[in-house]
Amino acid sequence: MNNKKKMSFGAKFYMVLVYAFLYLPILVLIVYSFNESKSRAVFSGFTFDWYAKLFHNEAIMSALLNSLVVALIASVAATAIGTLAAVGINAMGRKMRSLVMNFTYLPVINPEIVIGVSLMLLFVFLRFQFGLTTLIIAHITFDVPYVILNVMPKLRQMDAHQVEAARDLGCNPVQAFFKVVIPEIMPGIMSGFLMALTYSFDDFIISHFVAGPTAQTLPLAIYSMTRKKVSPEINALSAVMFAVILSLLVIYNLISARRERSKGRAGR
Amino acid sequence: MKKNCLFKRVFSLLLCLALLLCAACPALAEEDGYEFDTTGVDYQKFRGQNVSINVYNWGLYIAEGEDDSMNVCKEFEKLTGIKVNYTNFATNEEMYAKLKSGASKYDVIFPSDYMVGKLIEEGMLAELNFKNIPNYDRYVDDNFKNLEYDPEGKYSVAYTWGTVGILYNTTMVEKEVDSWDILWDMDYAGQILMFNNSRDAFGIALKKLGYSMNTTDKDQLKEAADLLKEQKPMVQAYVMDEIFDKLGAGEAAIAPYYAGDYALIKADNPDIAFAFPKEGVNRFVDAACVPKDCNNQEAAELFINFLNDPAVAYENFETIGYSSPNTGAVELMDEEEKADPVLYPGDEVLGSAETFLNLDDETNEYM
Repeated sequence: MNNKKKMSFGAKFYMVLVYAFLYLPILVLIVYSFNESKSRAVFSGFTFDWYAKLFHNEAIMSALLNSLVVALIASVAATAIGTLAAVGINAMGRKMRSLVMNFTYLPVINPEIVIGVSLMLLFVFLRFQFGLTTLIIAHITFDVPYVILNVMPKLRQMDAHQVEAARDLGCNPVQAFFKVVIPEIMPGIMSGFLMALTYSFDDFIISHFVAGPTAQTLPLAIYSMTRKKVSPEINALSAVMFAVILSLLVIYNLISARRERSKGRAGR
Repeated sequence: MKKNCLFKRVFSLLLCLALLLCAACPALAEEDGYEFDTTGVDYQKFRGQNVSINVYNWGLYIAEGEDDSMNVCKEFEKLTGIKVNYTNFATNEEMYAKLKSGASKYDVIFPSDYMVGKLIEEGMLAELNFKNIPNYDRYVDDNFKNLEYDPEGKYSVAYTWGTVGILYNTTMVEKEVDSWDILWDMDYAGQILMFNNSRDAFGIALKKLGYSMNTTDKDQLKEAADLLKEQKPMVQAYVMDEIFDKLGAGEAAIAPYYAGDYALIKADNPDIAFAFPKEGVNRFVDAACVPKDCNNQEAAELFINFLNDPAVAYENFETIGYSSPNTGAVELMDEEEKADPVLYPGDEVLGSAETFLNLDDETNEYM
C-alpha cells in the first residue's frame, strides 16, 4: 500500500518531541520516587523505601481508598443514568434533541469552580452533612454528561432496524434493549465509564468544595501537604497508579485487538 | 451434605481469621508501650458511646506512625474509644472558608495566631473548659498562654510555634547575614526567593523599615509596598514549599522561611545556614481550638489534652520539626535539640519578635 510510506525524519522528530513533552514529567516523577533523600531536586541514592512506607501511611491510604470508592460508585451510577438518558435523548425529535444536547454540554464547558460552589450552596441549603455522600452525589453530577456524550454517537450509528428486527423475532422492548441495543453501544458505554472514572478520580476543585470532615479524597490530601513539603511517598503512589493504568490499557488493547482479528476471520 | 460443607468452609475461614488476629496481636502489643498522664482527666468517659470527633489540621502536621513514630489519632482512639475523623487543609483561609460555610462541623481545628484572633472576633470559637485539659496547666509553657491574639487565654491552646528567619547557602553568600537587608542586596540579584503570600512578604518589608508587622498605618504600608516593588527585579521566584528544592539544589542562595524546616533543608544540603535578622522576626503560633458549632466539645477537649501529654507532644515535635510549647515534651528531648539555637532561640531573638495579629479588612485589602 502506498499510504504506508516511511515517515520522514522531520515527522519522526516532531513525534518524539510531542511524546517527550507528554511523558518526561511522569518519567522524572518515577525516577524521584526512588530517590533516597526527600529532595525533589537532588538525587542522592536509589531506594525502595518510599514504596514500603507508602503502604504504611494511613493518611494517604485512607485518602486513596476514599478516592477509589467515590470514583467507582460515582462512575457506575453515572454510566447507568447517562446511558438511559442517551437512549431517551436519541428517541427525541431533531429540535428537542439538539436543545437537550446543548444542556448536556453546558456542565462540561462550565468552569468547575462554578459547579463546585453551586453544589456546595445546594448542599448547605438542603442541610446535608458533608462527607462521602455529598462527594459521590457531586461526582455523579459532573460525570453524567461525559457518559451521555460518549454513548450518543454509538446510538446514532446504530441501525434502528436492528431493534425492529429483534421485536419481529419475538423480543419484548426490554429484551430488545438488553439483547440488541446494549451490546451494540457497549464500546460507547465503556469509554464513557472510563472517562467518568478518570475525571472523578482526578477531580480536585469540585471535591474541594463538597468534601467534609469525615472523608477527604487523594487530591485534597496531597494539596494539604504543600505547607510542609509533599512527601516522596506521593511520587511512589503516582508511579504505582501510572503502572496500573498503563498495564490496564495494554491489556484492554490486546484483548480488543484479538477480538477484532477473530471478528475479521469470522466475517470472511 | 452441602450444608455441612458450607459450615466447614465458614469454620475454616473463621479459624484463619483468628490465626491472623493472633499473629497481629504481638505486633500491636509492641506498639502499646506508651504511657499517658491520666491524672485529673477521665479519658474513659465516652467509651462505648459511639462518639466521634472531626479533627481538621494542616497537612503533615501530626505524628502518623511513620518511621516508628506514634500514630497519635490511633492511640487516642485506643485510649478513649472516641473515633477520630482526621482531615487536612493547606491554608488558614481555606480552613476559615470551610468553617464559615457552616456545612461541616469540626471539633478541633488548628488556626494560626492571627486566624485565632479573627475567629474569636467573629464569635466562632467555643470557650474551652480547662477542667478537661489539665495538661494545659501542667505542661504548656507560660510564655504561650494569654498571647495577644487570645489575651485572656480562653479559646486556644498553643500547638506548635516557630520563627521566620533567613536561610542562605554559605558557599554562595559571602557577606554576613544578620539583617533583612540581604534580601535587597543587588549582589545576589536573581538568587533571592521570597514568600508568595502578602502577609509574610509585607511583614518582612515592614520589619526592614523598622515598623510593626501589624501596622495599619497607610503610609507605612505604602512604603513597604514600594520596597517590595523595588525588590521585585532581584527576586528569582515567589514561592512557598518550592524553597526546599531550590535551596537544596543550590538554584537559589537566599530565602526567608520557617525555622522549623531548616533541619529538613540542611539534610539535603549541608551548606545551608540559618540567621535571625536583627530588626526582629515574626513568631508564629498554631493553636488548637474548638469551634462553637461542634459535635462534642468535651471529647474535643480530651483530644487537646491528649495532644499536650508530654509523650504525644514529643512525638509530634519529632515528626513536624517545629518548636513545641509543651514543657513536658522539651524535657524529653535530647540536649542537642533542647539547646538548638534555631528551634529554641533566646530572649535576644524572641524579645524583639512579633506575632501576626488579625488586621481589619481595609488593611488586608490594602495589602
